[in-house]
Amino acid sequence: MQLSGATASQLLEAMDSGEMTAADIVRAHLDAIASLDESVGTFLSVDAEAALTQAAEVDRKRAAGEPLGPLAGLPVAVKDNICTRGRATTCASRMLENFVPPYDAHIVERLNSADAVIIGKTNLDEFAMGSSTENSALKVTRNPWNVDCTPGGSSGGSAAAVAAALAPLAIGSDTGGSIRQPASFCGVVGMKPTYGRVSRYGLVAFASSLDQIGPFANDVAGAALLLERLAGHDARDSTSVDCPVPAYSQSVDQPLEGLRVGVVQEYLGEGTDDDVRSAIETAIAVYRSQGAEIVDISLPHTKYAVATYYLIACSEASSNLARYDGIHYGHRAEQFESLVDLYAASREEGFGDEVKRRIMLGVYALSEGYSDQYYVKALKVRRLIRNDFDAAFQNVDVIVGPTFPTPAFRIGELVDDPLQMYLSDICTIGANLAGIPGISIPCGISASGLPIGLQLLAGPFEEEKLLRAARMFERETDWHTRRPSLSQ
Amino acid sequence: MVELSNEDVRKVASLARLKLSDAEIEHFAQQLGGVLQYVHVLDELDVSDIEPMAHAVDISNVLRDDETTPSLPREDALANAPKTDGRYFLVPQILENA
Amino acid sequence: MEYTTVIGLEVHVQLLTKSKLFCGCENLFNPDNPNVQTCPVCLGLPGALPVMNREAFRLSLKTSLALNLQIAQSSKWDRKQYYYPDLPKAYQISQYDLPYSSEGCVEITVPSTGKTRRVGLFRAHLEEDAGKNIHDESGRGGDSQVDLNRCGTPLLEIVSKPDIRSAEEARVFLEELRLLLWYIEVSDCNMQEGSLRCDANVNLHVQHNGETVATPIVEIKNLNSFRGVEAALEYEIRQQAKKFEADPEGYRIGKVPKATHGWNADRGVTFEQRGKEEAADYRYFPDPDLCPVTVSDDEIAEIRATLCEFPASRRHRYVSKLGLSDDVAGVIIDQGRRYADYFEAVASECGDGKQAANWMTQDVQRELNERKVEITEFSIPAAVLGTLLKQIVAGEITVKSGREVFIVLLTEGDDGSELETSRVNEIIAEKGLKVEQDTGKIESIIDTVVTRNEKAAEDVRAGKLQAVGPLIGQVMRELKGADASAVRQMIIDRLTK
Repeated sequence: MQLSGATASQLLEAMDSGEMTAADIVRAHLDAIASLDESVGTFLSVDAEAALTQAAEVDRKRAAGEPLGPLAGLPVAVKDNICTRGRATTCASRMLENFVPPYDAHIVERLNSADAVIIGKTNLDEFAMGSSTENSALKVTRNPWNVDCTPGGSSGGSAAAVAAALAPLAIGSDTGGSIRQPASFCGVVGMKPTYGRVSRYGLVAFASSLDQIGPFANDVAGAALLLERLAGHDARDSTSVDCPVPAYSQSVDQPLEGLRVGVVQEYLGEGTDDDVRSAIETAIAVYRSQGAEIVDISLPHTKYAVATYYLIACSEASSNLARYDGIHYGHRAEQFESLVDLYAASREEGFGDEVKRRIMLGVYALSEGYSDQYYVKALKVRRLIRNDFDAAFQNVDVIVGPTFPTPAFRIGELVDDPLQMYLSDICTIGANLAGIPGISIPCGISASGLPIGLQLLAGPFEEEKLLRAARMFERETDWHTRRPSLSQ
Repeated sequence: MVELSNEDVRKVASLARLKLSDAEIEHFAQQLGGVLQYVHVLDELDVSDIEPMAHAVDISNVLRDDETTPSLPREDALANAPKTDGRYFLVPQILENA
Repeated sequence: MEYTTVIGLEVHVQLLTKSKLFCGCENLFNPDNPNVQTCPVCLGLPGALPVMNREAFRLSLKTSLALNLQIAQSSKWDRKQYYYPDLPKAYQISQYDLPYSSEGCVEITVPSTGKTRRVGLFRAHLEEDAGKNIHDESGRGGDSQVDLNRCGTPLLEIVSKPDIRSAEEARVFLEELRLLLWYIEVSDCNMQEGSLRCDANVNLHVQHNGETVATPIVEIKNLNSFRGVEAALEYEIRQQAKKFEADPEGYRIGKVPKATHGWNADRGVTFEQRGKEEAADYRYFPDPDLCPVTVSDDEIAEIRATLCEFPASRRHRYVSKLGLSDDVAGVIIDQGRRYADYFEAVASECGDGKQAANWMTQDVQRELNERKVEITEFSIPAAVLGTLLKQIVAGEITVKSGREVFIVLLTEGDDGSELETSRVNEIIAEKGLKVEQDTGKIESIIDTVVTRNEKAAEDVRAGKLQAVGPLIGQVMRELKGADASAVRQMIIDRLTK
């Protein structure tokens, strides 16, 4: 059995049957990282020793007949904006290059108690700000399907790690599409849960009212398994919602009867790549062929989503990132004239351009005299956008469309045009503004050989429906089994 | 195009505690101007009667009981600080009512 | 020069919770042990999130009820953004446009005029305290130290209307506010430890050439004693009057920017604080990490039921119902709620407020001072002291004997005995202190003593009443327990009738 590249279910089965040990599995993935990550650049740090120790512990427990967690022995890659105690958490920023948190994020505790093996921390756009991972101050991550292309972002490292078969499962965070878009670019499954479904405690905040942690996997079942473990109430996050977590991994294979699938015209506007358009149309046909009702719907405020999103995200970011001032942790400039200068010089040196740009926009949008016109207005339009989704979900169970208007773009292609980069987030940011769950699954390969993602959205806390609907497509197609040649 | 003068950008940079070079100021003035121009698309909408939506979920009254939990040892609290004397965080002299 | 003084106060009060406002770190004044009461939340570490302390909010509501403030059905939490080393997140979680309460008042009685005045309150809101910066005082420009133990302590900001008309009123307002908050047990209001802090805004409305003109508003920051508040304001009022007289056209509000002053208590002067490098722009916005809080009428009623009688009302009752003087009532009230509770328990048990007040302000207070303890740690329970005083009031024992019993009780209590009320009569019996009520027996002792002291008896008969003293003394010695004034009367009656 080829361990690297196998799905989570296959790996669990192999361990259950005694065919493989956790140590075999972890070693196989560490080997894959050692041989391939040089060219992909997904990991910022890998602690092989800790991973092997953890795997050995799982094997010991299994041999001793002790109870094992649901993710026992599975390697998981974790985005490097999620705090790991005693282990650097850099946010791919010079600012936090040497930051070692004294505590674990809630989801890290959940992974540990599930006996998962955290195999490494993955690259991202600095502080999760970006759609290409090019904004990482520490490393270039490449798309495993074509190393001249970006893996998407901001969770590009996690998506590329799964695509390159360096980990069967990974964790990302999604503020405006940062899980779904790289999943789409890298041909893997990536899911953003409902806001409040997964605790944000220990996730380094970008935009607190939009951020949500979610799973990557190489199939829908893997995402279901991982989400089931991540989800649930945490008293340390005031916005964590206390409602029961269904057994997603148990129900994911059950197709949905009488599924109503909404197709949003606004998500297939001009600028949508032809290959993407035709892949989406084919995907819709797959649902139709399974008896789903296809309904054309409209989300009339979609054209305002990008502006709304950037105002809110940047405003919150400007405040969340104010704490990085060189006083209590993080980078401190060596040369400064005064305390105020120390702040400004440390931040100037510690942050990259995109982070500065967003902080500047956010400070402006919140500043006296401008707040009503920018920030508060955006909050109002946000409600209109949420209302659009509420109305749509009166008539449909899920909304389908492209995750991103194009396949992966080339490294360097959009770095000088931030606005153009922002505008491409049109299909993903609605879910963050409305707080609803979304998933991206592979649904095609472009003429240039790059994966195409199908995005499905559902109403709040309808993750179970979303996963089952995604699986309905997946079981009829084989896109999810395609792997880039890199890892073959 | 929303006109953002270099002076506006300088003021924002000062509020944001970012020490920008003149070239960066110029550069940001242009880029931010472009983005601000774009976000004025929102002006097409009449939102006067709409309640702002600051949270993605509608929950309230999330309160915890008044119970203490262990604090970090001082060593851990100071571990990531750029400068300490082993007891306090150290910062350059704070100039106030000097 | 004729003018009206206009003062508004902004008071910060730390709340008496076990843990901090948004995390489980202990809420404890601990300056000698810096940076030991912190966690990822109050250190503002990346990824940490705040969760509101239920008790802090409950104490805030309680305060609002005591200050007659209207409580909002729903309020939210905002970020107030500024950079300072004692504020690790670079924002303070506070309340901006929807404070949990607004529009209230405090009634004060001003000693110098005897008049009662009502000082309006704009609002009270809940926020987190910052840490503490300690500056290098060597003058060599050394690093400042930052201690984050205090960071995240629940803090109420109470903002008065500009209804205060003199420095004295400001002090009295603050004293009354402190007493009130201390009585309802929302804060220990310890000014030395910074749990009650005050900023003052002051200016003058001057009658000038037939019109009223205002001087520029000056804010005096960080006043940390009642005397400081009064002295700083007196000084500032004099300064403003001088400046206006020197330049009546120029020294006016709007023409001179609002200034921020500090108070140097040692030199008795205010001084201009360094101007901020830029105008403050706090960029308030709702904190996305915290949810709004709503309050129901039932919750308010429930909290209202936990309120005690307020100190002003108690003070009034002590004078009108218990017959205490204003001064004595004030002394007892100022010792705090537990002390006043103790006093009331004693007074009610013995049935004599004045007797109880005498004992409280003298014997009890002396012992408390000597032991450096609070009334709550005093070893004689109120019921026991009340029982003792009841014997005195009823004439069963003398005040002197009462003191003797008191000392025994104290010794036993200090030794750890759980004192019961029955112990009082046991001690009286053991020591034979009960006042002799048998007049026949007293008369026979008087007869014996008079016979033994013919000279003195003669003097008394001759009208030299001072000679009765030694006779009383001898009778009392024989009797052990007796009412000295009654004995005195009996001797006089025996010799002069």
